[in-house]
Formats: sequence, C-alpha cells, structure tokens
Amino acid sequence: MILSDADITALLITLKLAGLTTLILLLLGTPLAWWLARSKWRFKFVLEALIALPLVLPPTVLGFYLLISLGPNGPLGSLSKALGGSSLAFTFTGLVIGSVLYSLPFVIQPLQNAFAAIGDRPLEVAATLRASPLDRFFSIAVPLARPGFLTAAVLGFAHTIGEFGVVLMIGGNIPGKTQVLSIAIYDHVEALEYTQAHWLSAGLLLLAFLMLLLVYAVNRRFGMVQR
Amino acid sequence: MSIQVRLSLSRQNFHLEVDLAIPARGITALFGPSGCGKTTLLRAIAGLEPQAKGQLQVANTNWQDENSFLPPHRRPLGYVFQEASLFTHLSVQRNLEYGLKRLPATQRKVSLDTAIGLLGIGQLLDRRPPQLSGGERQRVAIARALAVSPELLLMDEPLAALDVQRKQEILPYLESLHARLNIPVIYVSHSPDEVARLADHLVLMENGGVTASGPISEMLTRVDLPLARGNDAEALIEAEVAAHDETYGLTYLDFPGGRFTVARKDLPTGTQVRLRVIARDVSITLEQQQGTSILNIFPATVDEIVPTSASQVTVRLLAGGVPLLSRITRKSAALLELTPGKTVYAQAKSVALLA
Repeated sequence: MILSDADITALLITLKLAGLTTLILLLLGTPLAWWLARSKWRFKFVLEALIALPLVLPPTVLGFYLLISLGPNGPLGSLSKALGGSSLAFTFTGLVIGSVLYSLPFVIQPLQNAFAAIGDRPLEVAATLRASPLDRFFSIAVPLARPGFLTAAVLGFAHTIGEFGVVLMIGGNIPGKTQVLSIAIYDHVEALEYTQAHWLSAGLLLLAFLMLLLVYAVNRRFGMVQR
Repeated sequence: MSIQVRLSLSRQNFHLEVDLAIPARGITALFGPSGCGKTTLLRAIAGLEPQAKGQLQVANTNWQDENSFLPPHRRPLGYVFQEASLFTHLSVQRNLEYGLKRLPATQRKVSLDTAIGLLGIGQLLDRRPPQLSGGERQRVAIARALAVSPELLLMDEPLAALDVQRKQEILPYLESLHARLNIPVIYVSHSPDEVARLADHLVLMENGGVTASGPISEMLTRVDLPLARGNDAEALIEAEVAAHDETYGLTYLDFPGGRFTVARKDLPTGTQVRLRVIARDVSITLEQQQGTSILNIFPATVDEIVPTSASQVTVRLLAGGVPLLSRITRKSAALLELTPGKTVYAQAKSVALLA
C-alpha cells in the first residue's frame, strides 16, 4: 500500500469535513439564498458583500480572526466553554465552523442565482393555483433551481476539500484529528516524500475534475430540457 | 350577484383608481390602450398586487377591505397570464393537476376531464411544456386555471402573444367555455375584435381609471365614447336563428328590430347568435327602397348624430329599440335632414355572424 494509515485517516477526515460542511451550508444557505434572491430590502447589498468576502480575503486572515474568536478567550470559544465544552481552536468542530464560513459564497451564490433566474411568474402562477408560500417554495422554486443546488453542493464540497490556510490556522495539524489531505500533502513535500505527495495530489486532482464534470454534464442536460 | 371593485394603487408615474361594479356572470372585457392599468387592475383583483388598497367583493364574499386581505392562494379564482407560464419541470398532466390537487374535494366542480375536453388537449398530457406549440401551451394554461373550479376566471390578454392563426385556433375554445361553464370571466384585451366576439360587458379604461362601463352592445354604440367614433365603429346585435331557406341557401335571424338574412349557417333554429354590423356598411334612406339588392333593411328612428370628422357623421339608430350605427357623410345627413326622432330605414350592406 502506497498510502500510509495517516494518509487514509487524513482522507477520511477531509471527506467528513467536506460532507458535513456542505450539508450545513445547504441547510443554512437555502433559506438565506432564497431571501437574498427575493428580498427588495435596500441594504441587501451589504449582506451580499459580506458573504462574498471569503472569495477575496486571504484564507490566513480569515483563519487568524477565527483562531482568536474560537480560542479560550474568544466569543465562540467562551460560549462553547460555558456550555460545558472546550475551546474550539484545534478541534474538528472548529474546522467545521471555519469551513462553513470559508465556503459560504460558493454555496450561496449559485443558489441565489438559480432562485433569481426563476423569476416571479412561476410563483405567481402557483399562488393562483392555491399553493401557499411554503408550498410554492418546495413545489416550484426548489425543483426549478435544481441545477443551482447541484452546483452549490459540488462547489461547496470541492472548495472545502481544497482549503489550506484556514485549516492550518485554526486546526493546527493534529494527525487523526484535524489533519486534512491538503496539509498531509504539504507535510509529505516538506519531508521530501514525493511519491506519497504525488498519489494524494493526483487523487485530489482527479476527484475535483470528476465533480466538475458531473456539474457541467448535468447542467447541460438540464439546460436542454429547459429550452 | 356582482363583483364590486374599489381599489387604488400608487406607483411612480402611475396611479390606479377604480370604482366599479361588474356582473358576476358572462365575460367582462377590460379594454383600453397599453399602460392604462388593465393588467394591474386584474392583478390587484387576484391579490398579486399587495399594495393595492380598497375593497373587493366577489359574489358577496369579501376578498379584501380596509382591515383584511385574502392572499392570492386563498382567493377562489383562476388566472391565465399573457404567456402560458407552464411549469417547465412538470408534464402537461401534472401541470393540470397542480391546482386541482390543492383544492378540497368538496370544492371540485369542474372535473379534469371536462377541462381537458373543453380545451381539446387530450393528446398532449404526457408531453413536456417545451414540446408544445404556443397555442397548445396557452390551451393547457387555460385548462389548468379551469381545473381549480374558479368562482372567477381572470384572463390577461391570453391571445396577445400568439399569431393570427393560433388566435383563430383558441377563440372557439374560449367561446365554448363561455357557453358551457357558468363561470364569470374578466378578460383583459386591447383587441376590438376579441372584445366583439367574446365580451358581454365592457369596461373602458384610460390612465389608470375607468371611463365607462356597461353591456357591450350599449357601449359599442354610445356615441359619447371613442369606440363609436372610430373608423371601425360597429354594433353588436343579439339575434336568434328563426328559419333556413334551402332554395337560396340562406338563414333568417330575428331580432327585436326585424329579421336579418345571412348566408346559410348550419345552426338549429332557436340558437342565440351575435351579429356584427359595421357602421361604414350601414346606409340610411328616408323611404323603404324598392328594387335594391340589399336584403337587410329595417325601419329605425334616429337617436343621435355626432360629427366624427370634417366630412363624416356617425348616426345612432334604434331599430326596435336595438342600437345600430351608421357612418355617412355630413352632406348626406344634411340632405336627408336627419334629426333625432326622425323615422328612417337602415340598410346593412353586410353582416357578420360572430358565433
């Protein structure tokens, strides 16, 4: 076996982190994206800029502030301690919180665009066909925004797998706990273990390509059915 | 039973202010130029314009007043938009069932089969909306709105997005709907042709307000309104099939002012029909003409005369109490010494049977 046990563990932690992050982002992001797509609030743009911040911010900056707020004296860290937990820095929970923030725009923006593209008309039609607002959301908006959900899920997942800076700042590099693949690769390179670095890197490259392939293939097919 | 509408809505550069009572039966046309507020009024009646304030009562049920607002999904209405707006992720069948499924069983009066049959879309049920032609899509949209057994059907220029041929394809369905289902319809249109064919009641709108409202035949012949002064002024006459003449291939149609003769139509006697008589085709004589090829001649009295251009006047005539319009030159009117109350003969050169 070319991959060591530590590599396998890092892979599993990475998949768990990305999966959990994507799930949380879809659950929180769907109502938020819906609100952003529908609301006519004049200061909405402030919120939109805030959500887009991780797109341009150096991950170390986000990681630095997260480290402070998740640490024993930070607001989130103290909250966790007050609830009987420990400080969140250097924990898997801390990693999840960091990843959710870091990948937020990658999930919100495709969803918001997909919801906005539906327009008012199908929802108005549904309203005149006796569908309540919640009913309209689930029976019309969600199915019509299906390509947006796929894009959001894949981008959120892939982007979380690829994160490095935030994880390094707040997760440390604890093997079996917070060591993820991208950091494992870094360690291998530092130790001049190029064979392992190659295997892990090529694996991630392939995975990323396959996921994007899925998104583009499905969106293309869906696009044709729409027209 | 009637529909009471007192609604107002203010937007930038536009103000809608409507106080209107319309009958809760037959087809009421909202007619006027683009931008006059007909669509906004229709949307407000449906509850799709929450900023519209005022009172709305449909057949003794309050849909809206100062203190309450029934949201659109709680109003027992059907709405047909200008573009068919079918749900693209659902088949035709599931589009039709969408509203029906959400309707309590006790409120289902129009069955899905009736709606499908009325619009002739039985072969389309398994298709997806993108596979339908424009006319087919609009027929599905109408059937979908009927399937919720609406107490009021609102139609926003359902034919406007279609070409002439598609219009001709759908109009008969709309007419049969009128005849077969007892659902009041409010129909937005800017096409005089559609209005003449379909409407029983006409509401004229301009600049966000109602300028006049009344039964269609009365409204078309009111010389104080722009319709009767226009170049295409016409009168609509409700008549009944009286007899057929097999020898000459003719059909006789009776109305209170006499009997029309038209080319034979395969309709049983007693059928109610609507005739259109264009003002330009009606001439006036003082004595009953002998030796003329014109068959449709009726004694009438002059009711009103209004000038419509430098050379022309429109004369409103009453034949057996039924209004007719005649467009003649101002000179002819002077030579014939036409004055209100004068007895004359109206000759119609041509008559069109609408339905």
